Amino acid sequence: MDFLPTLWFIIIAFFWTGYLFLEGFDLGVGMLMRGFARNNTDRRVLLNTVGPVWDGNEVWLITAGAATFAAFPHWYASLFAGLYLPLVLVLLALIFRAVAIEYRGKHDSPRWRSSWDWAIALGSFVAAFGVGAMLALTTTGLPLDANGDRVGGPFAWFNGYAVLGGLAVVLFCLVHAAAFLVLKTDGDIRARARRLLLRWLPVALLPMALWAILVVLAGGKPVTWVTLTVAVLGAAAAWLLARRERDGLSFAGLGIFLVAGTTTIFTAVFPNVLPSSLDPAFSLTVENASSSDYTLGVMSVIGAFGIPAVLVYQGYTYWVFRKRVSAESIPAAHAVVPQ
Amino acid sequence: MEALEVARWQFGITTVYHFLMVPLTIGLGLTVAVLQTAWYRTGKEQYLRMTKFWGKLFLINFIMGVATGLVQEFQFGMAWSEYSRFVGDVFGAPLALESLLAFFVESIFLGLWIFGWKRLPKGMHLLSIWAASLATMGSAYFILAANSWMQHPVGVEMIDGRPVMVDIWAVLTNNTLLVAYPHTLFGAFSVAGGFLLGIAWYHLWKRRRDGIDTVGADGKVLVGSNPAIGRDATDHKVWLTSLRVGAVVAMVSFAGVSLTGDLQAKLMFEQQPMKMAAAEAACHDGTGFSILSVGDLGSNDCDDMVAVVELPGLLSFLANGDFTTDIRGINTLIPEYQDSFGTHLPDNPVYGERAGTEIDYVPVMEVTYWGFRMMITFGMLAAGAALVALWIARKGTVPESKWLMRLAVFGILAPFGANSAGWIFTEMGRQPFVVAPNPDPNGIDNVFMFTAAAVSPGVSLAELVFSLCAFALVYGVLLVVEVKLLFAYCKGGVPSAMPEVLAHRDDDAGSGKGKDDDDVLAFAY
Repeated sequence: MDFLPTLWFIIIAFFWTGYLFLEGFDLGVGMLMRGFARNNTDRRVLLNTVGPVWDGNEVWLITAGAATFAAFPHWYASLFAGLYLPLVLVLLALIFRAVAIEYRGKHDSPRWRSSWDWAIALGSFVAAFGVGAMLALTTTGLPLDANGDRVGGPFAWFNGYAVLGGLAVVLFCLVHAAAFLVLKTDGDIRARARRLLLRWLPVALLPMALWAILVVLAGGKPVTWVTLTVAVLGAAAAWLLARRERDGLSFAGLGIFLVAGTTTIFTAVFPNVLPSSLDPAFSLTVENASSSDYTLGVMSVIGAFGIPAVLVYQGYTYWVFRKRVSAESIPAAHAVVPQ
Repeated sequence: MEALEVARWQFGITTVYHFLMVPLTIGLGLTVAVLQTAWYRTGKEQYLRMTKFWGKLFLINFIMGVATGLVQEFQFGMAWSEYSRFVGDVFGAPLALESLLAFFVESIFLGLWIFGWKRLPKGMHLLSIWAASLATMGSAYFILAANSWMQHPVGVEMIDGRPVMVDIWAVLTNNTLLVAYPHTLFGAFSVAGGFLLGIAWYHLWKRRRDGIDTVGADGKVLVGSNPAIGRDATDHKVWLTSLRVGAVVAMVSFAGVSLTGDLQAKLMFEQQPMKMAAAEAACHDGTGFSILSVGDLGSNDCDDMVAVVELPGLLSFLANGDFTTDIRGINTLIPEYQDSFGTHLPDNPVYGERAGTEIDYVPVMEVTYWGFRMMITFGMLAAGAALVALWIARKGTVPESKWLMRLAVFGILAPFGANSAGWIFTEMGRQPFVVAPNPDPNGIDNVFMFTAAAVSPGVSLAELVFSLCAFALVYGVLLVVEVKLLFAYCKGGVPSAMPEVLAHRDDDAGSGKGKDDDDVLAFAY
């Protein structure tokens, strides 16, 4: 097996995992803006737990996309063109969500806030579902022809795996956000987030576990059974620890579930990056979809410095903003001064 | 309409729109970093207020750039999958580098800056805005490296019909990039200069209208004060300094844009002679720069075109630095292109319905001719207006004329117009190629791609029409929202971005830990 393409497959899997881990809780917090949050103060507490960090989290998605373009142009082209309509929706969702987070507090009126709250909640939901569907489909296959183009029309991608992957990521984001809020808030919201976490954690992780099991059954290797077991143990630990109010460890348990889960999925499909459901001969693999060794080599050298640097300064942000946010820490609403 | 045309409209609309936000982000980001440095070093209240006010507008605009930038990253694969497959080995790398080395820095350090008031040490907080600002310029470098490769492909070898990167350094030091980069940066600074100038003018005007500032017998300003609404003497300094800085930046940027633009034109005459000929609607060989050409540009028919007013020798000067060398016109170039790249598109399924049709090597001249002139005219207008504004405001304020104020505010649009026109010119002027071939010895002649071959074969017309409508609608709505918000914050002035100006005047905003209530966030969404 070629070393550099394999390395970049691992790096891209790492970017996706990092994206789900980090943006997972801010997408979840976004979804909780309606329903879970009961009033404006609740919503502002929620929003400000992720305020300083959400944009940095989202760059993981952009980097995953750009790295796929650079390292596996054929994977990037076939996947993104094949999922044209769902990705349009994901983009619109992310656009609305980003603008909403920034603009919500820039004008003091209930209608203004309510519109943006919906944009954040729905935007987060659609983005999470869309990304989940996309990842599920790249691990289970699209109807691709010999050139890597989707056949069968605009909705040919739609199947049970798309729904399963979408649900898997949406539900993971919700419990991940609940665990995050337990760590990051205080008072009533924290208590409610804990109840949400305890009630939903066992159910919410099932779709992602099912997705991993299906992929392993289809093409798993012995080691994937081990990682799958680790994922299940992580989930169980997260739940048990949450019951004992060991919040930090419980959050880490969810992290183990996610990392072991995505490791299972990506390892099981390797060396495929995007199988063709029409003919295995048309499947895109680590080998036939990758860039030249020169390109991958250059990117590896730069990545060797760039990726650790990102981890350091992104870690620093989380350290700076490590304090809990509660209703008491929210300042008065900001209004434009009429003149 | 066919899929290719819809895909091109979509790329054009989303990209021009994205590039409304980009130059303002780059220009204002540096402005805010410099202002905060001035505050850090002098401790003057005036600079803190400027940092907060311009910083607020910067953020309102920045997020729109981020949101629309996502589309840029994804749409190559979505709508241009053949292009992505063809160029991926070389084109993807700068995009990945942008994301990894620049965009992470921008997003993360801006988060630190926004929420870091009073929480970070002052020096670290200042460092955050500098990191974010420099990263926006780093982003521009990598994106332009990718774009310059499409204009002038270097650093690759053709292997199995695809360009394969053999020299990243050549891609990152492409001569097209080395002139396009400063040109784009100066263009961005001219946008920021005009923005500062127009808004500062409005506030100086409003202070006069409200009777706060008056003018003495010698024409010099008599600065008044109304602290109740935040209109004190410092407020006057905020706007006067902003106006002067904006005007100077606008003028210096224009000089920079002109010099780099001249270098760029000289390169472009070598690298894409057809683009420059089309910019001139120059059908026949000659030396003159057209001031006005008549004829039906839209017909793209050379026999129909007559240059009515032209400056003899100028075109030659732009291309070669002398006044006598003939520049090849469109009629000379067409056969040259046909010899090198064929008269008809190959009978290959990637060209779809266009396979086998005749290739039109002349870009849409209405667009190139007027795009080129609009870019130059808007740029000159903005710089000239900045000079006039500086002179009018030399005695410390602006006249009471409402119309002059409106002109100054409206003038904010001129540098935006110049930026958009320049991009539309250079991208449309590259057609019918998406990757332009290079006749010059440093470029590689056999590396090129027709736009007709670049679009996604599997994506249907209906999908593209849907997405074009959806993006256009959403972008339209969000533009209205952004502009309204910018207007509201502009009108509100400093107190809107810095309520403490009205509340307790002795507040030490931004310095170390807050002294009153440690638990309340200094900034919250």
